[in-house]
Amino acid sequence: MVPSTPSPPHAAEPGGAPPRSAPRRSRTALRNGRADRITLALMIGVPTLLVVGLVWLPAAATIVFSFTRWDGIGGLDTLEWVGTQNYTDAFTLYPPFWPALRNNLIWLVFLFLVPTLLGMFLAVLLDRELRGGRIYQSVFYMPVVLSLGLVGFIWQLIYSQDQGLLNTFLGATTGAEPVDWFGDPDINLYAVLVAAAWRHTGYIMLLYLAGLKAVDPSLREAAAIDGAGPVRTFTSVVFPALRPINLVVLVVTVIDALRAFDIVWIINRGRNGLELISALVTANVIGEASRVGFGSALAVIMLAFSLVFILIYVSTLLRGADR
Amino acid sequence: MTATTTAAAPAPPRGAAPPEPRRRVRPARAVLQIFLAVTALAWLFPIVWALVNSFRDYEFTAQHGYLSFGGFTLENYRRAWVEGELPGYFVNSLIITVPSVLLILFLSSCAAFVLTHYSRRFNLVMLAVFLAANLLPVQALLVPLFRMANAVPLPYWISESGAVYDSHIGVVLVHTAFQMGFCTFVLSNFMKALPPSLIEAARVDGASVFQQYWRVVLPLCRPSLAALATLLVTWIYNDLFWALALLSSGDKLPITTALQNLQSSFFVDYNLLSAGSVLIALPTLIVFFVLQRHFVAGLTLGASKG
Repeated sequence: MVPSTPSPPHAAEPGGAPPRSAPRRSRTALRNGRADRITLALMIGVPTLLVVGLVWLPAAATIVFSFTRWDGIGGLDTLEWVGTQNYTDAFTLYPPFWPALRNNLIWLVFLFLVPTLLGMFLAVLLDRELRGGRIYQSVFYMPVVLSLGLVGFIWQLIYSQDQGLLNTFLGATTGAEPVDWFGDPDINLYAVLVAAAWRHTGYIMLLYLAGLKAVDPSLREAAAIDGAGPVRTFTSVVFPALRPINLVVLVVTVIDALRAFDIVWIINRGRNGLELISALVTANVIGEASRVGFGSALAVIMLAFSLVFILIYVSTLLRGADR
Repeated sequence: MTATTTAAAPAPPRGAAPPEPRRRVRPARAVLQIFLAVTALAWLFPIVWALVNSFRDYEFTAQHGYLSFGGFTLENYRRAWVEGELPGYFVNSLIITVPSVLLILFLSSCAAFVLTHYSRRFNLVMLAVFLAANLLPVQALLVPLFRMANAVPLPYWISESGAVYDSHIGVVLVHTAFQMGFCTFVLSNFMKALPPSLIEAARVDGASVFQQYWRVVLPLCRPSLAALATLLVTWIYNDLFWALALLSSGDKLPITTALQNLQSSFFVDYNLLSAGSVLIALPTLIVFFVLQRHFVAGLTLGASKG
């Protein structure tokens, strides 16, 4: 991590990253001295200030709030320290917590089982020069440009209880009773997941297509000469070579499963079978109850999960960038 | 839409018998082609269904059911546009999206320039700080940002609420801070690949730091900037969370919140809702079809390295 440039004598600051690190002079002397140094300081300082001030500080503040009780209306002096009470409450007293955690987990597993595998399969198919390959690609990733909320609305036309296509179709063919796909707490999560998968698959396919393009073709040729069939070639040669992209897909999927919010919020504010941690946080914080401390504790639980994967991801990416 | 796809698909979607092959087609290949064609049709279906029904009269479909044919009208679009007050929402989305994207591209290219060319020492730590910020769950920032937005005053001629809260400025700044990390990372990767001699030459010619950035490096980054811009436009245009969190007056909200208005009555007119959905999807779909190459490049930018 530490670059080989010897540090200038005045730069004996302790390690870690001081947020407003003054830009170092490169070995080449700056032509315009002072003016250039001010320009450099501004060019890195303003973006750093924004990222630290509007992302990292608020994240830190959320962690602090999670140990307090606060209605969010009064000033900061009305904060009441309650220790880990909010966390205990979340785990033991708050009814939607475990369903939400379970739903987030189902969301994650589902994203891995269906869109990830399907997206990978489609990428492998489309990686060969097929007729119409470009058109297929466009079709599969078109939903990616739609917001998850809009995806929810579009699928309501299919899922609606009284007028949706699915019930009309089922009723006409099998005479089944109409099902409230988005309303029935036993099935609405899966109905939503199908819609979410519709959008996620194209993204995964795109990532794997990029990854497959980067796989050295001679690997495949060698496998073919050794007499490996297409399936064998993929499992024992291509897939291991896709390791970097697998990591990206893993992280993207975990983060997406944690962040999922729009679609359940639009359907029913994340209640009645559609509980997700993200929706619980939002409901606690901007809802009428306005339980800031408690909502923050839920947010910190999200934060903790995602930080694990963010750290793996960032360190791997940066190790690559360091080369 | 369907017509073009089926025409281009070599195998008939439900073809029991594959078309008479000119060359010998291996059966496995034909199966794969059929699988692709069927999946593609299934993928198109929800959008096509919304599109078709957006042109149908509600009375007609209510009476004959959705599996009927006929009752075509443009009335839903007129109503969605007028009753849904879409023009105002579109303008708000524009006011939020365009400055955010420009600001993000400018600031992240500045940061990437300094980090690649002048600050070897903190390069990686800073990149980590930037990149990780982009991956945090937004809910974890909600309360403090909400409070900050309420606490920071703005003159009334800028924001009628007298604070950053309920002003577009707040939303733009939060988007900027949040998305900058990813862009800085991508751009710094790109800048690292530029030949260092270019900047050396500019330095020897006496160019100031800003001139090196603005005249030499930035023009070379155009492909990455274009890819990032298309991505950012769709991401920010599609945002619902920050709009709900930081805006409250109806005349400030962006288009992502508009559909709920069309829905909040006792019965739901799905044809009207379809028309609204199509109108809202249109800008991103246009961006997608016109700038598809950039969009794909952008999505895979962050992924290709590592």
